[in-house]
Amino acid sequence: MGDLNKLTIAEARDKLRAGDVTSLELTEACLNAIDGAGALNAFVHHTPEIAREQAMAADERIAKGDAPAMCGIPLGIKDLFCTKGVPSQAASKILDGFKPEYESTVTQNLFDAGSVMLGKLNMDEFAMGSSNETSVYGNAVNPWRRGNDDAALTPGGSSGGSASAVAADLCLAATGTDTGGSIRQPAAFTGITGIKPTYGRCSRWGIVAFASSLDQAGPMTKSVRDAAIMLEAMCGHDPKDSTSADLPVPDFEALLTGDIKGKKIGIPKEYRMDGMPDEIEKLWTDGAEMLRDAGAEIVDISLPHTKYALPAYYVIAPAEASSNLARYDGVRYGHRARLAQGDGITEMYEKTRAEGFGHEVQRRVMVGTYVLSAGFYDAYYNRARKVRTLIKRDFEEVFAQGIDAILTPATPSAAFGLGEMSEADPVAMYLNDVFTVTVNLAGLPGVAVPAGLDKQGLPLGLQLIGRPWEEGDLLNLAYALEGAAGFVEKPGKWW
Amino acid sequence: MLDLTYEPPKPKVISGAKHDWELVIGMEVHAQVSSNSKLFSGASTQFGAEPNSNVAFVDAAMPGMLPVINEFCVEQAVRTGLGLKAQIHLKSAFDRKNYFYPDLPQGYQISQLYEPIVGEGEILVDMGPGVARKVRIERIHLEQDAGKSIHDMDPNMSFVDLNRTGVALMEIVSRPDIRGPEEAAAYVTKLRQILRYLGTCDGNMQNGNLRADVNVSICRPGQYEKYMETQDFSHLGTRCEIKNMNSMRFIQAAIEYEARRQIKIVENGGTVEQETRLYDPDKNETRSMRSKEEAHDYRYFPCPDLLPLEIEQAWVDDIAANLPELPDEKKARFMGDYGLTEYDASVLTADTDSAGYFEDVVAACDDGKLAANWVINELFGRLKTDEKEISSSPLSPAQLGGIIGLIKADTISGKIAKDVFEIAYTSGRDPKEIVETEGLKQVTDTGAIEAALDQIIADNPAQVEKAKVNPKLAGWFVGQVMKATGGKANPKAVNQLVQQKLGL
Amino acid sequence: MSIDKDTAAKVAKLARIKVEEDQLEALAGEFNAVLGFIEQLNEVDVEGVEPMVSVTPMRLKRRQDVVTDGGMQDKILSNAPDAREGFFAVPKVVE
Repeated sequence: MGDLNKLTIAEARDKLRAGDVTSLELTEACLNAIDGAGALNAFVHHTPEIAREQAMAADERIAKGDAPAMCGIPLGIKDLFCTKGVPSQAASKILDGFKPEYESTVTQNLFDAGSVMLGKLNMDEFAMGSSNETSVYGNAVNPWRRGNDDAALTPGGSSGGSASAVAADLCLAATGTDTGGSIRQPAAFTGITGIKPTYGRCSRWGIVAFASSLDQAGPMTKSVRDAAIMLEAMCGHDPKDSTSADLPVPDFEALLTGDIKGKKIGIPKEYRMDGMPDEIEKLWTDGAEMLRDAGAEIVDISLPHTKYALPAYYVIAPAEASSNLARYDGVRYGHRARLAQGDGITEMYEKTRAEGFGHEVQRRVMVGTYVLSAGFYDAYYNRARKVRTLIKRDFEEVFAQGIDAILTPATPSAAFGLGEMSEADPVAMYLNDVFTVTVNLAGLPGVAVPAGLDKQGLPLGLQLIGRPWEEGDLLNLAYALEGAAGFVEKPGKWW
Repeated sequence: MLDLTYEPPKPKVISGAKHDWELVIGMEVHAQVSSNSKLFSGASTQFGAEPNSNVAFVDAAMPGMLPVINEFCVEQAVRTGLGLKAQIHLKSAFDRKNYFYPDLPQGYQISQLYEPIVGEGEILVDMGPGVARKVRIERIHLEQDAGKSIHDMDPNMSFVDLNRTGVALMEIVSRPDIRGPEEAAAYVTKLRQILRYLGTCDGNMQNGNLRADVNVSICRPGQYEKYMETQDFSHLGTRCEIKNMNSMRFIQAAIEYEARRQIKIVENGGTVEQETRLYDPDKNETRSMRSKEEAHDYRYFPCPDLLPLEIEQAWVDDIAANLPELPDEKKARFMGDYGLTEYDASVLTADTDSAGYFEDVVAACDDGKLAANWVINELFGRLKTDEKEISSSPLSPAQLGGIIGLIKADTISGKIAKDVFEIAYTSGRDPKEIVETEGLKQVTDTGAIEAALDQIIADNPAQVEKAKVNPKLAGWFVGQVMKATGGKANPKAVNQLVQQKLGL
Repeated sequence: MSIDKDTAAKVAKLARIKVEEDQLEALAGEFNAVLGFIEQLNEVDVEGVEPMVSVTPMRLKRRQDVVTDGGMQDKILSNAPDAREGFFAVPKVVE
């Protein structure tokens, strides 16, 4: 029964239903793989007891028949999701020891569908980062390496642990969250699939907030089919989240026909950045060719405000974060600084937050504080919101012209070395999100699909951006692209 | 309805060492919305629960928790707006007001800065018969209350209770149209009265369900009129905000103190600093809470966890159609329909319980004036002695109406009625039955009265002679007859007979 | 717009994050790098453009006024660094 951990969700589901394997066997295989993968530092809290209990319950349910597709599937859960009784600390020291008394809606949905939680996954602190280097747990490591070079690479971020765990087959799939690209960039860096659904598709209730108007949860999986299966289980209307959409959830998997004839795919000229590596350029062109060969129509389009997406994002996200993270004050949960004689409440706040937040989080909270402060609100925050309106309008206009989806590279480069960017100024790191952040600002669904390897043998991904609420259509396009690209490579096991 | 016209009251003038000064006062009243659950959570709003028991995870700002709005609180804000004749904004939005305080778990208060649910309205503040101040309302917005920090349970620590956190408040913001301490108290009284009529806030100031922040500034006579002409605040002085007042008496004392403090500063050549101050009732003074250097920068921005609040005109119309009769209307109706004086009408419409009681009495006796007299002069006095509210009056409106009915039917005299009142009040017995059982029916039988009078005339010839010279002495004979009949004789009949017999 | 040490200190104070005096210069530098990047927004013509309110417009959902939550003092306090007698305890607040 070796290598059960390498199965996709779809394969495992079929085997479970056929009685070829049990969820407990799948779970044990994953737990074994996790035990052997300490070097990846992907799983940061292990929950084997919960996993085995859930697996046994799933097996009973499967035996009775009529179990949902996700029943018995072992998953990793990003540390940003609050999981009842299990440490949930957003990879931050400030939530040291925090065990929620509640379960996030998304994880509850997955558990209700019978899924198994193997543990909590590494990430950038409060999902702020693109390399998983801001985590209190230390770096998560990419299972991929450059050729024979054994330098540790980033799995991307912020869902770095999720990406690493799925790529290394430590679990069948994982949850991620995406505020500016945190599902799609790490998926691209690790050769897996990740989809950020339309804003409002997945409930945000119980997910530690970074930037409320941008945050969305989504699945990170080994295939597009798996993404379709898992997304369906994760999403749905939640009355506890006022921004959750009261819309029916389609059977996404049933929409994977592979037939994309007549679909109009836009190629936005503004994504052709100066200094973009040839390999990325070629990947993009090849991707467009593949879609054309599959019967889609390729159309050049313009999204004129693309250039301003990143700066707008770096106003809006820190502003919201500065407010969302004000609750971490050492009063009700998490870390409280040891105080000196005579320290009052202000010192408690200042020391707690200085000790509890890492450098990048502190910087973003302070930038956010600054852009909202008296006299700057209109110049920064309101202007960024107006630019956001323009960015969304760009997309609306091309969709109105009949474009069904937009094809772009997922990232401007392949995975880089851990530590390589540490000396660069913060803006250089922010550029990682250049292709993905527009999608969050416009609230659209976006999916990253692995499409090839670079010269050094590292995976590269393409991104498809869809119309709002058309995840089904988008996944079908991704499915066609996946099939045409035929990406089957796996990282060689070194850990 | 009776159309009442009012004169505005004279502004309060305080004489400083050098000049006369006037006061300009604006108020921000925080009124707790009467609702079962909180504005954004399903936790109870019940007062006096165990600490931190009426708290949902979102109230404690647990990570990942989100607000969902309570529709009834929105309705209450709309109802309040309609009651203050204010504009209702069909589209409003929630903003976050960011600051750190231990009883503010989120690190921000969800409020409505940019787009409040209610816009401009007005309140007529009664200052006595024929005199009232029209105070403009600038806005009403919905917001979350904070929790409670307790500082006296431990020498080194403050204790935080989040039961109150997230309870819905309406912040009712007035224009600076209030011109003295008494007006300020009257404003709060009137606002409280309207809120209680509407049922949108119970007005319990002791529990902090109604609190006022008072903005006070001073100006020279004539300046306010310039402000009113231009709406240019530069004609007015710098204001100080006195926070969190929850007693009418303290509001007046604090304003009085604050005005004198500012006058002293200005007359000594200084300038008043715009700041927030606290009133200390023990010392009867205000002191600075935060200096300008530390002025709060609240970093308001739209709350991304909530969408704009859009309501439908039909819903607002429906609320408007079901609005109760409000104090001003009720007062005018009492004056018009029952011929009451403005004073009596004001007293009886102070709250809906009194007004309702009064109208029930009228229904039972069909005499508004008599009913008003008896409710105000007899019942209120009696209840006060017993420290009872009218809602728990031992004497029912039907009983009181019955007593008045007996007076009107000449069955008992006004004097005897007071005795019947007392018996009915203490025993709960039916007035008619009391009169019969106790034999209190007044004697209208002229024969009996005549007999008594004849006897008195026969016994007092000297008095008779005197009375013939001085007719005022007739009263003495009336008194004697009443005495002789145990107060039961019909005074009218006695009077007539006395006049007749003495030949006056 | 360039941020100096004093502004950096003020922002840190407003954000309630203690920053040591000798770190302020570096912090101001980082702010300037980020803000310099953000300045690009000034190139955009936003005349007449409405600021975005909600990215997926819909009607705000409402709750009924029913008590459905609370009554769990233990769970509210279970993660507290310092809870006493049913309260969260914090260093003395002076008003």
